[in-house]
Amino acid sequence: MNNLYRRRLFFNRFNLVMSLGTMGFGMFFLLWILGVLFYQGFTSLSPTLFTQMTPPPGSAGGLANAIYGSVIIVLVATFISTPIGILAGIYLAEFGKGKWVASATRFINDILLSAPSIVIGLFVYTVYVAQVNHFSGWAGSFALALIAIPVVVRTTENMLLLVPNSLREAAVALGAPMWKVIMMVTLKAVRGGVITGVLLAIARMSGETAPLLFTALNNQFWSSDMNAPMANLPVVIFQFALSPYDDWKSLAWAGALLITLTVLIINILARSVFKQASVR
Amino acid sequence: MTASAASAAISLPMNAQRESTSRREPGPPSQQRGAGAWQDWLFEHTTLFFAVFVLATLLFILIALGYSAIPAFDKFGLSFFTTNVWNPVKSEFGALAPIYGTLVTSLIALLIGVPVSFGIALFLTEMCPAALRRPLGTAVELLAAIPSIIYGMWGLFVFAPIFGDYIQPALTKIFGDLWILGPLFQGAPNGIGMLSAGIILSIMIIPFVASVMRDVFEIVPPVLKESAYGIGCTTWEVVWNVVLPYTKVGVIGGIMLGLGRALGETMAVTFVIGNAYRINASLFAPGNSIASALANEFNEAADPVHRASLIALGLVLFVLTTIVLACSRLLIAQLAKGEGRKT
Repeated sequence: MNNLYRRRLFFNRFNLVMSLGTMGFGMFFLLWILGVLFYQGFTSLSPTLFTQMTPPPGSAGGLANAIYGSVIIVLVATFISTPIGILAGIYLAEFGKGKWVASATRFINDILLSAPSIVIGLFVYTVYVAQVNHFSGWAGSFALALIAIPVVVRTTENMLLLVPNSLREAAVALGAPMWKVIMMVTLKAVRGGVITGVLLAIARMSGETAPLLFTALNNQFWSSDMNAPMANLPVVIFQFALSPYDDWKSLAWAGALLITLTVLIINILARSVFKQASVR
Repeated sequence: MTASAASAAISLPMNAQRESTSRREPGPPSQQRGAGAWQDWLFEHTTLFFAVFVLATLLFILIALGYSAIPAFDKFGLSFFTTNVWNPVKSEFGALAPIYGTLVTSLIALLIGVPVSFGIALFLTEMCPAALRRPLGTAVELLAAIPSIIYGMWGLFVFAPIFGDYIQPALTKIFGDLWILGPLFQGAPNGIGMLSAGIILSIMIIPFVASVMRDVFEIVPPVLKESAYGIGCTTWEVVWNVVLPYTKVGVIGGIMLGLGRALGETMAVTFVIGNAYRINASLFAPGNSIASALANEFNEAADPVHRASLIALGLVLFVLTTIVLACSRLLIAQLAKGEGRKT
């Protein structure tokens, strides 16, 4: 009997230590990846990064056009995806109760949330780029917007569902029409949460490479023409990292650091906005 | 002061009442109500339109990819899925090698990622001191926030050399002579290949699987756990015999979510898989996944059949992930339903 206890205790301790070990495993890789990235990134970081264009092979340069392109493409995608996502989210939370359209949309939205981003890029290529016969910044923005919409829909719906019904009832009792109730009472009550969703969507878009490969492509020069191929950080990093030139590789590390810092900072920002909103 | 305020308060409702009765006299559907109803109708249907837009996106993607892939299916028929040939020069294409690579790398990712995620979820829900729970949970989620291209660069420049120099030879030494497993771990240890891709994928899916597992572990009613502890179970026994059976469906859903992620992951795999259209018994050998084939070749594909074949690959990938993710969602939803019934 004593033996059985000892075996159970040992088994318990062993498994808990293993569990601690898996946590360590995860943290080890997180720190390793971030450590390498920060080391390589900060050693390649320089002011010319923000002032010079992407160089031809074998010479020094910067990432100015790629940074500009990335910012523009992501901004446009945000402006496209935010209204669509919020309105669809409103339908799911406010009007869709018990309707099959709503449950089907919710289901499909959850699938799109994890859909392979490269297929989204392929989709935009076939319906847009292949039809107009040239790559463009617009196509890149459309692809990113398709990736962002499910994120915004999900958070908007979840946040709206948190609003207590008494708030809606109070507004309706005052004689407000439904659209006013939603836009000025419920949506306003969860503003922080919705902003969090948009920020998370921006963070998600900033790091995506695959959907831009077949849509925005790349451009060696400064281009603010959304209707032409546009330089953007992820694709530049992809191209430079796989090249044999050391100049390009170090630029790729610097770009990788920029992207990761952006994504991490937006993530932290989103969390703090959300925390503030839920405290209030 | 108070008297005048009171009289104002009394007179106000009376005023309002008088006004409203006088307004109501012509008939109930007043002008303003009609306008409100019309605006409401418009608003509801605008939101409905965008909801349907989201719903239709999936269908659009299937149709657009299916239509663009027609030339490939016309030329190769069903043998597209069963032939192992990829020859842009002769314009002959078969999807077997990339499909094999996708499945094998995802399988490796699950084999490593699932136990680790389970351990992390167990640690966060049962063992972790409350003060550390949030920061550690956030740290695990940070793994998901790192862009996949960073995993790719780290994998190619840092992980692969170390893996090829130290870990692969060790694996060959340990497993290389075994009966069935042996061939899997033989071959040139050059660091890149299917095994490296699978390992990096496993790190990438950990945050997704672990967070689903943690969430479903947390919905187990405390009473169930307390009764198990009450009859003298150890922590491990509670988790293995009470928590896990109760959340089985949700855990499987989380694993499927991880599988869906792993199947479609592009950039990280592209960097380390080696990009070779070969089916090789060894996991050390370079291979190709659907996503990496697309990322590497699509922009260079000038031949329409080559392009259509790549789009067909994308369609296969999309259908595969959609099925896996749909199963995942159904399972997780089923658990949530059960939760409502039992408590």
